[in-house]
Parts: sequence; C-alpha cells; structure tokens
Amino acid sequence: MTITEKIMARNSGRDRVSPGENIWIDVDVLMTHDVCGPPTIGIFKREFGEDAKVWDPNKLVIMPDHYIFTSDRHANRNIDILRAFAAQHNLPHYFDVGTDRYKGVCHIGLAEEGFNIPGTVLIGTDSHTCTSGAFGLFSTGVGNTDAALIMGTGKIWVKVPESMRFVFEGSLPPYLMAKDLILTVIGDIGCDGATYRTLEFDGEAVFDLSMQERMTLTNMAIEAGGKSGIIPADQVTFDYLSERGKTDYNPVYSDMDARYHSEYTYDVSKLEPVVAKPHSPDNRATVREVEGTRLDRAYIGSCTGGKLEDFEAAAKILKGQETVIATFIVPATTEVAAKLHTTTIDGESLHDIFINAGCQIGESSCAACLGGPKDTFGRTHGTEVVISTTNRNFPGRMGSKQSAVYLASPLTVAASALSGVITDPREVLV
Amino acid sequence: MKPIIEGLAYVLGDSIDTDQIIPAEHLVYSLTDPEERKLYGKYAMSGVPANQQGLPEGNTPFTKADAYASDYTIIIGGSNFGCGSSREHAPFAMKEAGCEAVIAESFARIFYRNSVDGGFVVPFETRQKINDRIKTGHRLTLDTTLGKLTNHDTGEEFLLDPLGEVAEILKAGNVFEYARQAGLIESK
Repeated sequence: MTITEKIMARNSGRDRVSPGENIWIDVDVLMTHDVCGPPTIGIFKREFGEDAKVWDPNKLVIMPDHYIFTSDRHANRNIDILRAFAAQHNLPHYFDVGTDRYKGVCHIGLAEEGFNIPGTVLIGTDSHTCTSGAFGLFSTGVGNTDAALIMGTGKIWVKVPESMRFVFEGSLPPYLMAKDLILTVIGDIGCDGATYRTLEFDGEAVFDLSMQERMTLTNMAIEAGGKSGIIPADQVTFDYLSERGKTDYNPVYSDMDARYHSEYTYDVSKLEPVVAKPHSPDNRATVREVEGTRLDRAYIGSCTGGKLEDFEAAAKILKGQETVIATFIVPATTEVAAKLHTTTIDGESLHDIFINAGCQIGESSCAACLGGPKDTFGRTHGTEVVISTTNRNFPGRMGSKQSAVYLASPLTVAASALSGVITDPREVLV
Repeated sequence: MKPIIEGLAYVLGDSIDTDQIIPAEHLVYSLTDPEERKLYGKYAMSGVPANQQGLPEGNTPFTKADAYASDYTIIIGGSNFGCGSSREHAPFAMKEAGCEAVIAESFARIFYRNSVDGGFVVPFETRQKINDRIKTGHRLTLDTTLGKLTNHDTGEEFLLDPLGEVAEILKAGNVFEYARQAGLIESK
C-alpha cells in the first residue's frame, strides 16, 4: 500500500484499502476559518440541534484568517459567530482575532501550532488544507456540509485515491525554490491532471527541503486537481515537530511494492525558474520566455508564499535596493510577522530591508490572495498586472476581473519588483 | 433528486473555477437568512468574464442585473468545472439562482462532492464535448434516471455517464439523510 492507503486503512479500522473504494474514516483534526466556519456551524445546528455537542472539542481547530482587517460588516459578523460558538462549546483551539492568540493563515498556523501529525487525517474547509500533507499525513479540503457532518460525528466518507509519484532528484540550484518545482509539475500535468488522486513527493531534492518549502509543494496539489499531496515524514519533520512540543506519533511509509497511477522523475539541476501566466496555474512558461513583461505590482504572501523563508529569499534580493513598482508584503502568520523583525541579513532585519526597499507591509491574513472585500490590503481594482507568490491566478482571483496575475517564486517576484518587468532571479542573485 | 429536470441551458467554457461561480468578496452573506441568502443567487456566475458569460454569444449574465434568480436551469460546462477553492457557497449560489443540474466533461473533486453532499445541484459527467453543440437559451430536458439529455431546439440527444454510487446520496437529498438511512447517524 501507499502511505495514503495505509493512513486510510488505519483510520477506517481495516487491514487494507484499495483505490476506488468508498469508505468512512475517522478524522483526527477538523479545521475551519471565518469564511466557511459560520455556514458549517449553521448546518451543524440544523442537522444535530441547537444544543448539540461537538464530537471532540480537542480535535476542532478554528483559525479565522480570510477577512480580518476589513470594515465589511458581514465579514465582521462571521468572526462574531465563530467567537460565540467557541465560547458556547468551550473550544480550546480557537485563535481569536484581536488577541495574542490570533495566528493568521490557517495552513501555516496549523503547522506552527503542532496540529500536523504524521500518519493522521486532517480535514479542513479550505482547498489548501492539502498543505498539511507535507508532514506525512492525509489532509484535504471539503465543503461546509462535510465539515458539519464531521463536527457532529468525527467521520467522513472518502473515495480512496490513486497515488501519483513525483520524484525530484539532484541538488536544487540557489535560483530555484519549491514554487518552481510545483509550477513545473502543474504545467506538465495540467489543472485537472491529478483529479481524484494524491500527489506523493519523493526524491533527495524533496528531502533536502525545509518543512516550509515542503509545504509549498503540497499546498499546490489542489492546483493540479489533487485530493491531497503528501511527503513522508523524516528527521526534518521530526525536528520541526519536537520544536513544537510534539513527540508522540506513529508515521507510516509506502511499501516498496506500492502501486502508483503514474510516476514522474525530474532532475532539479536542469529545471528553470518558471511562472504561471494568466489566467490559470497550469499556464506555465519559463521566466526567460516572458522576461520583460511589464508589471504594475508585486505581491509576496499567502499560505504558499508568505512563510518566513519566502521573505528571507525575497529580502536577499531586495536588500539595499529599491522597488520600482508597488510591492506588497503579507506575512502568513503573526509568528512570521514577528520573525520579520528578528531575522536579519548582515545585521538588517527583514522588516527594515522591505521598508527601505519601499515595500508596504500588511497584517497577517489571507489578504489579497483571493481578492476579498473592497478594502482588502493589496487587492486589485483595475487592470493591474501582478506578479505574485500566491497559488491561483484564475480571472478575478485577486479582486478585479480585468487584472492579470503571474504566479512565481519569491526570488522571481523580488527580482521583478526591482525592475518593473518579469525578471529572472539569476540576473540579480550574486 | 427530481426524475426530470426541464429548463433553459446556460453554456460556459472550460475551467470555470469557484471564484468565477461566486467571487470571494460575496462569501460573507448568511446562507441561512431567507432574505440575505438571495444575494448568492444575484451574484452567481458574476465572476465569469463578460465575453464568456452564456456561450456562444457571451455577454449574457446568468442572473439579470435587477434579479435574484436566473432564467436558466441547466448549466452546460466544459472540462474541470468547479476547480479552485472548496467553497460550498459555489453550488449553493447556483441552486439559490434556480439552477438544478450541471453537465460537464469533468468536475473538480471538491465542487462535485459539495454538489452531491449538500444536495444542491445534480452533477452529470459526459465523455463527449457538448458545450459546442448546445447554445445558451436552448430548451433542454434532463432525465436523471436514464442519464439522458434532450435538446429540443436541435432534436439532439446525449447519453450522460451514470451517476454511480453518489446517486444514492442525491436520491436521499443530502449526505445527512443518506447517513441516517444507512444507520450511520441517529435519526432526527
């Protein structure tokens, strides 16, 4: 069996499962946020009763992150609904807005707070819940109805997915990041190339990556249509978890004779920096092919591109330089935001590097990655051409239907912010 | 699930993602308040670029500017319909607008699942490309039992892929009713 099949077998109480089977599995963690939490709560109450109990308050994580810093009254009402529900059910893992506990982007918050445990099942009401798979667990996004059923029963039905194996061999050159690897994969197989399947990542170049970079790989499994993305846990995983106080878990691994739908192998030393051109994540081109494309703005943020290492990569290029287009910096979580002040390059903090380069720094949240209310930081309102470290560039994704978004690595975005046109990071990396 | 769904076709292209079905700025309205939820019907499909709205002509909004419900009952899409975010607001908005079924060459996994588990719209797959053989406004009949689509304006008939195991959930109404009938959760 593959690692994914083994996790599903374990959580359904079976010896083995096979791709295509529909089974009910136990959920170890359910995560929701401010956009899908309130309607999930509405369905939970409709189906189980106003006073029904959550199946296990310790397994429910609520991290508001989408529409936080806005005057939109409906958005703010959603936070009120979450707060009241958390109080009613005495939920220990509610990370409230306006308190020290507020985290920001849920997928990174889940990692930081130690909820990503190898060998388990984590379900969330957000398509990028697949991010957590970087820790060797099965994680996927669902809608409000499925989440409400879990809230009441702790169970979900799933079709056991086939697995596709992606092996990255060789040593990653300094001008490439995990973002280039996953955009390469999505360009190869297309936005529906992994529909109903799991993307399992393997190879020395994957295991050389930090947990932050691994999360960029699994984050965008959904952009290939995948049900989940997964990277088997190793010492890097264990070290990250032990720093977060987690030592008790039971990882599983694919068998040598596990069966895969298909297998792709890449030599990372031969890959190029790439972008996804408007208006689809699979619309790949090498940076060299689109070099010189005029830009109006640069954006570094989100669950896939707003982690500390994403900002370290950008700061390497922006240090001592000045951006020539509007450049927005959105740390995914409050922990990342704090570390922008304490992480330095040659004595200068990342925060100061960005300010001195003329960037605008926003507060931790999903911000303009998905457009959102009109007053959202970094949101597009016209015909802006944006280069962004986010994960989707469908029409209107960052706000305006007339704007156009190029997806790229933090290195490529930073290099392009200095010139105002799409620029290969090899031009500016020393 | 109704055995027969009749109404006008609304035709779209490939890769209609959930931001096009219901743009993110509208995800803040209540899904339970009877008046406020109508806004989902008003803004359904409003993220589709104008020239792609209602093919082949385009520039045909799914819901007219002053309305809360659509004139169209059956959406005809291309490949990878419903890709992108997991927002259940997408099939919810389609249903709120009056849409009852969507027929596409392929669906993104979460959209398909949300449509079925929430009992919002009936998602049929078809192995043949049909969004170039049906025009927005054509009169259609969908026989959900036989999986047969009839275009009364052209006389063409299309055999759709069987719904398979999810038909049981659609027949029950939603995943809660299905789970109750199967004894997986207690009856209300």
